[in-house]
Amino acid sequence: MADVVAGDGFIALERVEKVFEVRRKTGFLKRERREVRAVDALSFTVARGEMVGYIGPNGAGKSTTIKMLTGILTPSGGRLRVAGIDPARERSRLAHRIGVVFGQRTTLWWDLPLIDSYRLAHRMYRIPDARFRQNLDRLVELLELGALLDVPVRQLSLGQRMRGDIAAALLHDPDVLYLDEPTIGLDVVSKAKVREFLKEVNAERGTTVLLTTHDLQDIEQLCSRVMVIDHGRLVYDGSLAGLHEAGESERTLVVDLERELPPVEVPSARVVRVEGPRQWLAFPAGQSAAPLVAHLAARYPLVDLSVREPDIEAVIARMYAEKAVS
Amino acid sequence: MAEGRAERLVAGVRAYRLVAGMWVRSTMAYRASFAMTTFGNFAATFLDFVAIMLMFSRVDALGGWPLPEVAFLYGLSATSFGLADLVIGSMDRLGRRVRDGTLDTLLVRPAPVLAQMAADRFALRRLGRVTQGGLVLGWALARVDIGWTVDRVLLMPVMVVSGCGIFCAVFVAGGAFQFVAQDAAEVQNAFTYGGTTLLQYPPTVFAKELVRGVTFVLPLAFVNWLPASYVLGRPYPLGLPEWTAFTPPLVAVACCALAGLAWRAGLRSYRSTGS
Repeated sequence: MADVVAGDGFIALERVEKVFEVRRKTGFLKRERREVRAVDALSFTVARGEMVGYIGPNGAGKSTTIKMLTGILTPSGGRLRVAGIDPARERSRLAHRIGVVFGQRTTLWWDLPLIDSYRLAHRMYRIPDARFRQNLDRLVELLELGALLDVPVRQLSLGQRMRGDIAAALLHDPDVLYLDEPTIGLDVVSKAKVREFLKEVNAERGTTVLLTTHDLQDIEQLCSRVMVIDHGRLVYDGSLAGLHEAGESERTLVVDLERELPPVEVPSARVVRVEGPRQWLAFPAGQSAAPLVAHLAARYPLVDLSVREPDIEAVIARMYAEKAVS
Repeated sequence: MAEGRAERLVAGVRAYRLVAGMWVRSTMAYRASFAMTTFGNFAATFLDFVAIMLMFSRVDALGGWPLPEVAFLYGLSATSFGLADLVIGSMDRLGRRVRDGTLDTLLVRPAPVLAQMAADRFALRRLGRVTQGGLVLGWALARVDIGWTVDRVLLMPVMVVSGCGIFCAVFVAGGAFQFVAQDAAEVQNAFTYGGTTLLQYPPTVFAKELVRGVTFVLPLAFVNWLPASYVLGRPYPLGLPEWTAFTPPLVAVACCALAGLAWRAGLRSYRSTGS
């Protein structure tokens, strides 16, 4: 195997392991020790400026990986480098190079105006004054934070706070941005704003982004590459289209017809459910919905339609079912 | 190596000041609440002393110590502890931060975790306790009959600072223990708050085994019992030699070094096992 850590990967893991010892109560005062391999011989590299989706079911080892990449956890084995730094050994030095957003935990100061959290970052990260002003202005503009800077964080909505958190993670010009569920709990408009912004940061500053999410749309709109982890191992690394193919995942087109009709007939899609004038059609996720809609509109009296995306768990589950069969 | 350590110390103090400043501003968002809790802090500790005064309305001496001398012990213990509590009193929140995962947000910042944790929830209302301890100490100094010599005068500030150092070490060691046992905040409180209460009474009222433990195992006796015995010209607990009265600074440095090691071990274990 090539020496990935010494190679040009900006983030590089070589057979990284994390083993936890779990103690479980088995009786009064009796405890059973068991080793849990949260991350198992994980190897991958991410190039500078890449935007990668890192997905997997709960407990697959996603957060453990992120914690090792940010220097929170020390790996039990293997080699790991982020921007040439060993995260476990030089946690503080690495902190200047990375930005971290924990979707469900804010790092902002609850009772203070938003701007105060940024002023703290200014001093804690020793950001030069001119640079700080410039970054803050740009982030405020892109994330539409202008009106929120003097508002105590506790009064912000979830979406506003998430934007505030993302800005806080980028003030010190990090080379790598880790996002853990950045769109969780957000409404459609906020999600769109966050995604739009991330695209711009990636294009403008060349920030490397590693993103964990349960929302396949995040990945679809942001990442050209997806890595899927399960049971601590990398089970897929490639494009999103390839993942859909591998998982034979299907999108669903829901059509509302003018009246009750027998199941519609279209090539490359099948009707999976009929309920009054509403019908559900499944079609391969890699395929565009446009020709399907055109075909239907030409032949049937359409009132309304919508497309539903497959969810990540279903795709991965199907991938496994496939493997078990073959 | 020495340079790296000095650098870390400077970084730690800087981070501490930044985070503590943020907490002060946070509490100032609720000024009325701040005023009330500061007063409450003062009043609650004051009641502590009232309890001792009530005892003296029945007896003339506790374990052979008259009221002004007990007040002297009380003032020293409360002032040293109050200062430590002010500087580092939120270490008992560490277990909670480990449980809810917010410790991780401290670990991704470019500053020592111990400094960030020590400044966590920094609260000026704790000045209430320090003030009360100082007042009792002042009252005691006015009432006790001490043959003041240069070394006795010098010993006073040395006692308070060393005592504060010893209590800080107990806070840090307690925090380190919570990396392993996350619900041990109460155990820590038993040693910190319990310790200061113990020291408010003369050693002669306690069983010898307890005094031994507080001298040789958890060296709280060096906060006030030993040096105060010298200042007051009283016999030393456990018949210790006279020079031990001047050892509190050394004991404080040793305790802080040990607590620092415990903290490092605790943090290392957290980073290798997670929560």
